[in-house]
Amino acid sequence: MPRQPEGTKREAQRLFSFFKAAGGISIDTEILQPAGTLLDLYGEDIRSRAFVLNDPDRGELVLRPDFTVPVSTYHLSAKADRQRYVYLGTVFRRQLGSVPRPAEYLQVGFEDLGRFDTARADAEAFALVSDALGGTAFRPATGDLGILIAAVEGLDTAARRKSALLRHIWRPARFRSLLERFSSATISPAREKLLRSVEQRPVAELVEAAGQLAGERTVAEIEDRIEALSEDAATPPLEKKQVEALEFLQRQRGTSTDAYEKLRRLESDLPGIKPVLDKMSERLGQLESCGVDVDSLDFDSSFGRTMLEYYDGFVFGFYSPARSNQPFAASGGRYGALTRIISKGKEIPAVGAIVRPAIVREQELRG
Amino acid sequence: MAVRLGLPSKGRLQEGTVDWFHSRGLRIGGVGGERGYSGEAEGIEGIEVFFLSAGEIPRDLASGRIHVGVTGIDVVRENLPDWPSKVGEIARLGFGFADLVVAVPAAWIDVDSLDDLDAVAAQFRRVHGRRLRIATKYHRLVREFLSEVGVADYQLVDSRGATEGTVANGAAEAIADISSTGRTLEVNGLKRLDDGLVLRSEAALFLSRAADLEPHDRKTLSDIEGKFRLRFDIWETGTNDTD
Repeated sequence: MPRQPEGTKREAQRLFSFFKAAGGISIDTEILQPAGTLLDLYGEDIRSRAFVLNDPDRGELVLRPDFTVPVSTYHLSAKADRQRYVYLGTVFRRQLGSVPRPAEYLQVGFEDLGRFDTARADAEAFALVSDALGGTAFRPATGDLGILIAAVEGLDTAARRKSALLRHIWRPARFRSLLERFSSATISPAREKLLRSVEQRPVAELVEAAGQLAGERTVAEIEDRIEALSEDAATPPLEKKQVEALEFLQRQRGTSTDAYEKLRRLESDLPGIKPVLDKMSERLGQLESCGVDVDSLDFDSSFGRTMLEYYDGFVFGFYSPARSNQPFAASGGRYGALTRIISKGKEIPAVGAIVRPAIVREQELRG
Repeated sequence: MAVRLGLPSKGRLQEGTVDWFHSRGLRIGGVGGERGYSGEAEGIEGIEVFFLSAGEIPRDLASGRIHVGVTGIDVVRENLPDWPSKVGEIARLGFGFADLVVAVPAAWIDVDSLDDLDAVAAQFRRVHGRRLRIATKYHRLVREFLSEVGVADYQLVDSRGATEGTVANGAAEAIADISSTGRTLEVNGLKRLDDGLVLRSEAALFLSRAADLEPHDRKTLSDIEGKFRLRFDIWETGTNDTD
């Protein structure tokens, strides 16, 4: 099988030149990457997405599943001020499931790091990809994971509950079950029994009576968790109107302008979202000034929640509505949280996007 | 050519399989004989019997080296990505029952559910700076299960041999393993989570979707269908389906 048909390579070069012309320096990375950051981000799930290898000397490595992690790692270690990087190269992804898809393919993309005019940077990233795909049949999808994150941060509840919810923003099933539990005043009989028994006997004794403690988890950790559990049991359930507003927020789909209006109405119940919506309004203005018709631009508040895990703000993708089986031709978004994980603490503004030339080419050939 | 039947080469799975076939009028000969790797089938014409390790049977079915095989449901689902496209599960045989479960130390009095396990994994990572270790032989099944239910911040460690012992050895904090009665877990100071059932497994008869079938092999398969009162779903994928 021919690996990269000439047409795909030509398309990749065209996209690369297009992005380069908009400014930025070109960058390349090693294909064999340390797996640490990705393992931190995704844990075991990375093994079903990327090719993880074990090197006796260097530890766990991955075949580059994207450029975003190595490029931002480079930027952060170089302590560069503000820079846009443009790249072209092969990425490797494990493909599970019955639809055969290539496990290695070309990506052309850019990462814009350290730019504090975020609304403008978001709009430019979107418009750049849109222009690069110009004249093709791809339809844009957009979202903003920052709204849900801010809504959770602004809930009237214990900090512990908020961080539990935030930890599972990208795992909607567990997020939903946590939200359900935090909305209810009842606690399970097993939990009630445990909390009653620790009032009568010290935790260490109960642990000893239950069995031999093995592994690295200590009695102190069990004590801490039980203390957290009894605090949690005393925490009043989330207010009904906040839960409803949060559910409504997650279901918001429509045009950008409509969705924006509706989300604004949630502000009274979810005060945390106000600054993010101000930013959204600013972004919509910037998109318009880049020539994007925001009155017809699709918006889905849950877009990107299950597919683009490290995005935590504006997210977008371009797809072919006629071919729902096809992967997205392009995707991108804002990923400050990733830079915080890479630099172990310090977050910098970051937005980027990739295009898959093979998908663009396929679409062209179909006309 | 003949219909190639792959059967487990040892243990209770082999005994159960031979009994199951026997009670349906197919006598398997050559068990434990000189030529340990092949046997005979009496009762239906055109069957060749091979004794294989239960763990190899999924791959041999997927590659078409055997037409029909008996092994555990857990073994097929663990070893064959997208298994339904490669093998058909024809019949559950009613023995070799085993549950793949997630278990933690019984001393963890604060953990009863996956929800607890997830919270403890987060705490463990915060305290130790590492992910909580779960020992298993069933990487694919456990990873898919935990991803689906949304447990994060764990690490799978490979165990060959006695998985239940890994926690006592200090090689893991929790395990995911086969348990039939729960007795082994208990002896090793472990308890299963209330909602920690990954898969309910038993021995099953599988049909390869890749093996070539000549006309008389099709006849043999339909003899098996008749005798065992089974229904093979292979006919729709057959090449020249005339009748």
